Amino acid sequence: MLFLAMWTGDIMFANAYELIVFILNFIGIYEPINNIFKTLGIEYILRIIIVFAEIAVLLVFALLTIMFLTWMERKVVAMVQARYGPMVTGPRGLLQPVMDGVKLIGKEDIIPAKADRWVFTLAPFLVFIPALLIFIPLPFGESLIISDLKVGLLYLIAISALSPIAILLAGWSSNNKYSLMGAMRAVAQDISYTIPLALSAIAIVLFTGSLSTVDIVTAQNGTWFGFIPKWFIFLQPLGFILFLIASIAEMGRIPFDFQESEQELVAGFFTEYSGIKFAMFFLAEYAHLFSVSAIVVTLFLGGWSFPYLSLLPAAVVPLISLGVFLVKTYAVIFFAMWLRHTVPRVRIDQLLNLGWKIMIPLALLNLLVTGFLLTIGVFQ
Amino acid sequence: MKTDELLINMGPVHPSTHGVLRFKLTMDGEIIRNCEIVMGYLHRGTEKLGEMKTYMQFVPYTDRLDYMSAFANNYAYVKAVEELAGIEVPLRAEYIRVLTLELNRIVNHLVMIGSLLLDLGASTMIMYGFRERENALALFDMLCGARMTFNYIKPGGVREDMPEGFIPKLNEFINDMDKRIDDYEQLVSGNEIFMGRMKGIGVMSAQDAINYGMTGPSLRGHGVNYDIRKLEPYSVYPDLDFKVCVRNECDSFARYMVRIDEMRESLHILRQVVDAMPPAKPASQAKYGIAPMTGAPTAVSTYFPRIFTPPPGEVYSRIEAPKGELGFYIVSDGTIKPYRIKIRSPSFCNLTAIPKMVEGLMIPDLIAAFGTIDVVLGDVDR
Repeated sequence: MLFLAMWTGDIMFANAYELIVFILNFIGIYEPINNIFKTLGIEYILRIIIVFAEIAVLLVFALLTIMFLTWMERKVVAMVQARYGPMVTGPRGLLQPVMDGVKLIGKEDIIPAKADRWVFTLAPFLVFIPALLIFIPLPFGESLIISDLKVGLLYLIAISALSPIAILLAGWSSNNKYSLMGAMRAVAQDISYTIPLALSAIAIVLFTGSLSTVDIVTAQNGTWFGFIPKWFIFLQPLGFILFLIASIAEMGRIPFDFQESEQELVAGFFTEYSGIKFAMFFLAEYAHLFSVSAIVVTLFLGGWSFPYLSLLPAAVVPLISLGVFLVKTYAVIFFAMWLRHTVPRVRIDQLLNLGWKIMIPLALLNLLVTGFLLTIGVFQ
Repeated sequence: MKTDELLINMGPVHPSTHGVLRFKLTMDGEIIRNCEIVMGYLHRGTEKLGEMKTYMQFVPYTDRLDYMSAFANNYAYVKAVEELAGIEVPLRAEYIRVLTLELNRIVNHLVMIGSLLLDLGASTMIMYGFRERENALALFDMLCGARMTFNYIKPGGVREDMPEGFIPKLNEFINDMDKRIDDYEQLVSGNEIFMGRMKGIGVMSAQDAINYGMTGPSLRGHGVNYDIRKLEPYSVYPDLDFKVCVRNECDSFARYMVRIDEMRESLHILRQVVDAMPPAKPASQAKYGIAPMTGAPTAVSTYFPRIFTPPPGEVYSRIEAPKGELGFYIVSDGTIKPYRIKIRSPSFCNLTAIPKMVEGLMIPDLIAAFGTIDVVLGDVDR
């Protein structure tokens, strides 16, 4: 019945909250529950409960994704390096992340004697929270979004710029020279790469006229000549390359993993961390990997949209679009992993040179050309 | 703005010091102002031990010097003893020795290139390097029953003859390696990031390199044609056709490329050795796994007692080990034990050039330059 209603009607929801309310309504339990809360005069509690349910689903999804990503990383490395990777725990080593988690929780949680205890303890959580907050305006599929913020893109860039602060806290509070150098590098890197990142994202906004991630995705619906999808990668090839490089720098992965640079700084800013706190950094890194890849997909690869997706019955579109989104995101993630184990790390000054002297001018040029072409009406 | 200089203790426990080496770095931000090398964490008194062992007993200790190329150590010591005592060696044994030496050179360079790339952050090359190294170690295992510490070359020859089926396996390895080296070059040498990290980094003039006593591939990256195999030919090298690989750029990239070239050259030598290998006398064809330690003459060893007394005197004998000039200075007082052994190890001398090389560079450059010097701490500290 539910599906039939969605099948026939052309129903779109602004976000997952409305989707949940619609489903509850359809089953017929929303009104009774709502009435109970209304008689008590606390109907806002119901809203909060539904939002919490959404967050719970998101959190579980995020944690499962992170666990899967750690396994996938090992398998991809193994493929690149002509070996098997984890094979013992679970089918093809799938339970390896669980065992890793158990091991890390069981480790002694060491706080160095001369560390700043409070900051040292706080930093891992401050790293992890922004990594989860990024998920809020990500459109996982049609109607599958926690909140379609009007300033979605700005929010994404702002939140991802938060993590260097936590990294600096971690590096400084450890009272270790390697940690401090790792943290300083992370900050220098992040400042120089957020700018080209934002500049190449602004070029997208010129097309859509909106910062909302949902608007950006819907703008990429449809095709040219019936077979080329209207993704921004085809309109903004230079912007895409710049954004991808800057994203990999944002993720802090080889060739740009200066916050860690194992061979130089032992483990960079988390040299002194152990046990569950170390795990928090580890998890945040993979949460970052997923969310940054998702942003790349949203901005340049059409997000959840796919040519002729609208021909499908409306009831299955959210699910199909979720699948499309995940496939694209994992493709970007695979690229990042592949890159990580193929190339060496660049040097920190080479990285800064690349950022300031090449990528920022190119991003500005890209923005200028895009604006000019839009003004004279080439793309209309 | 006034800033303080930062003193960083890199090592002795650090991921990329290749063992227990310590750098005392005075840093100005990311720039190295002064680099001091502190070594001796792995000192085992090998030279002193030599004075307490008979000539034959000391051979296994040489395995533990540069454990990446133990055949070269074996041979360098045995060559010195043979010169001291005037021992003749069967031709077949000499060919087997050169075979092991060159195979060992390939193994050493594989590890060097792998760990260099690992130091630069590219974790894949070391896996490829170790995959091929594994095949070579299997060959060593066939030859003498050990994979890294061989104790195979002894005064008077080698311990036992090659087992049956060794040469076909070796040919397989040689043909395989040809393709693999091309693969490595594709993966590494042309990589833009790799070149950016290596070219123009760790530059040192040829004169400085000579002054610091650098030898081997590290020196040949500075445009100096210095190879003891040509300079002071030993064993059967005069009969073999090979060229000395030299690069003129004087930087880390040149030192890396010399290794790649040398692997190709070693394969070339191996092919010749396989072709020119003198036949063994059928009667003494040793079976795999049985070690004829009786001292009786075989196809690959002259008759030689386990305890012998060379005439009083001294000898300095050197070979071109994979890492550079490896020399043994032995003084005999006519007893069954040497009076004094002094080892001139390539890693030690090459390592001392690092501070000069990295002044004004950054920590990542120090690691890159250090990787191209190819140091094994067992060889540095002895």
